[in-house]
Amino acid sequence: MMFDDLSDLYQQVILDHCKHPRNFHELPTATCSAQGRNPLCGDQLKLFLALDGEVIKDISFLGSGCCISKASASLLTDSVKGKTKAEVLSLFEQVHEMVTSGEVKGDVGKLAVFAGVHKFPARVKCAILAWHALKSALSGAGEPVSTETEEM
Amino acid sequence: MDWSHSRADFPILNERVHGQPLIYFDNAATTQKPRVVLDRLRSYYEHENANVHRGIHELSNRATAGFEAARARAAQFLNARSADEIIFTRGTTEGINLVAAAWGSKHLQPGDKILLTEMEHHSNIVPWQLLAARTGAELLFLPVTGDIGLLDLTRLDEWLTKGVKLFAMTHISNSLGTINPVIELCARARRMGIHTLVDAAQSAGHRPLDVQEIGCDFLAFSGHKMCGPTGIGVLYGRQEILETMPPYQGGGEMILSVSFQKSTWKNPPHRFEAGTPDISGAVGLHAAMDYLDAIGRQKIAEHDQELGAYANEKLAGMKGGIRLFGPHIGRAGVVSFLLEGVHAHDVVTVADQRGVALRGGHHCNQPLMHKLGVESTARASFYFYNTKQEIDRLVEVLGEIQKFFGV
Ligand SMILES: Cc1ncc(COP(=O)(O)O)c(C=O)c1O
Repeated sequence: MMFDDLSDLYQQVILDHCKHPRNFHELPTATCSAQGRNPLCGDQLKLFLALDGEVIKDISFLGSGCCISKASASLLTDSVKGKTKAEVLSLFEQVHEMVTSGEVKGDVGKLAVFAGVHKFPARVKCAILAWHALKSALSGAGEPVSTETEEM
Repeated sequence: MDWSHSRADFPILNERVHGQPLIYFDNAATTQKPRVVLDRLRSYYEHENANVHRGIHELSNRATAGFEAARARAAQFLNARSADEIIFTRGTTEGINLVAAAWGSKHLQPGDKILLTEMEHHSNIVPWQLLAARTGAELLFLPVTGDIGLLDLTRLDEWLTKGVKLFAMTHISNSLGTINPVIELCARARRMGIHTLVDAAQSAGHRPLDVQEIGCDFLAFSGHKMCGPTGIGVLYGRQEILETMPPYQGGGEMILSVSFQKSTWKNPPHRFEAGTPDISGAVGLHAAMDYLDAIGRQKIAEHDQELGAYANEKLAGMKGGIRLFGPHIGRAGVVSFLLEGVHAHDVVTVADQRGVALRGGHHCNQPLMHKLGVESTARASFYFYNTKQEIDRLVEVLGEIQKFFGV
């Protein structure tokens, strides 16, 4: 195989979500939204959430960026739909831990494909961008928020 | 010219990254350092280190002599009329900030205009924005023609109108590889009584530079982009203008006398060098200038252009979609591109695994990228130690990347 570490980073699932992002549209029923921007790369995305009380009833995103950030946003939308805020916040911590250390704690489902990102320190930001946007959308307590996560 | 000899002067080029031989194509960000520069830094610290212009003791004399010899060498390197026209800075960025702060706050009135170009590096935009906010001056931008990356000079005279006090332009674009006709631009500005600043970050060390021939009032460059150490750069300023400028920073070295309420300061260039300077950086830069001139900057320029043209041709000939930025002919050794369907950062990550160091991003040219309608590009930038074989390898790797991402 030509690209060993690379196929750890760019797993088939990631390549697939990057090319065919899921929930990639606006959300007419959205109750809140948030932007994530990586000023270093120019990556930007916007998450739309339809909250029903504590539960994320629906979620979608739009934006442009590298394969990792796009696939991460796409898989995020798939995996948080139907979850409560509290569940999502603890998932955020698990994902954060996983992409920085490579350790998968607890059940993160399909998101485990991002464990390989930790070997590429420059790309951790790409994988976590959508998650920061999600966190900021949720902290907006249902109000539409537009937050830029400018971690350099 | 046998460039493999020069290549052998750079110890780091023998490094392996990810188990692959290093192909260093990020020279526009910083170049590698030849052994003579590394040796010079060591010998300075082993035999000459002391503070400058302060001591009477022998080591201080040696350090001062080395520092001032570097200044004289920089004057010769640029064909300045005098070493007094050479100010040591941290790099291009500080040189431009110095002009904006010291010249700008003295000479600009509300409503005055500063002309820049759309291909400027952030370091030749943001200092002027800060100055504009302080003085009420206004910024104008000479347009770039699109992907081909040339300045639109057809209406230059309309831009060089009354009210423009300074025209600051890059010599070579760090993202497009465009070589701007700075001699003509400065001459036309001068005819209108407009001062000029040339950002030579990408041209110093890549081609002969003669400030008298260019006819600019200011020129700034960074040592680290031309085989020198990081932390040292040069600002050239025409003496008559430097003399009109107040200090940039206050502190030791730049004063004649200080009382509790008031100070008087030295003449240029020392007026603009407050505090202990980067002495080892200056002597290291001296060694770098000697090294480059021993090779010959004209030869380096020709080799640069040859590599730039070769890369452009090879990339343009690739199967699959590729978008190339910058002029097709007469370009410097900098090529920016996008592979269709693959984000620049993915290109750079995969290339890195194959040992090829590229840059991906906006290259501190965000407004330009915005104008071209892209967020980022991948960039390969060359120096004389690079080879056509390395470029062939890049093209091969890019082909693998296309395959990998299925585009
Ligand atoms: C055209 C140009 N101008 C200015 C700079 C800034 O140089 P430095 O960061 O050394 O001050 C650079 C380097 O990135 C450049 O390419």
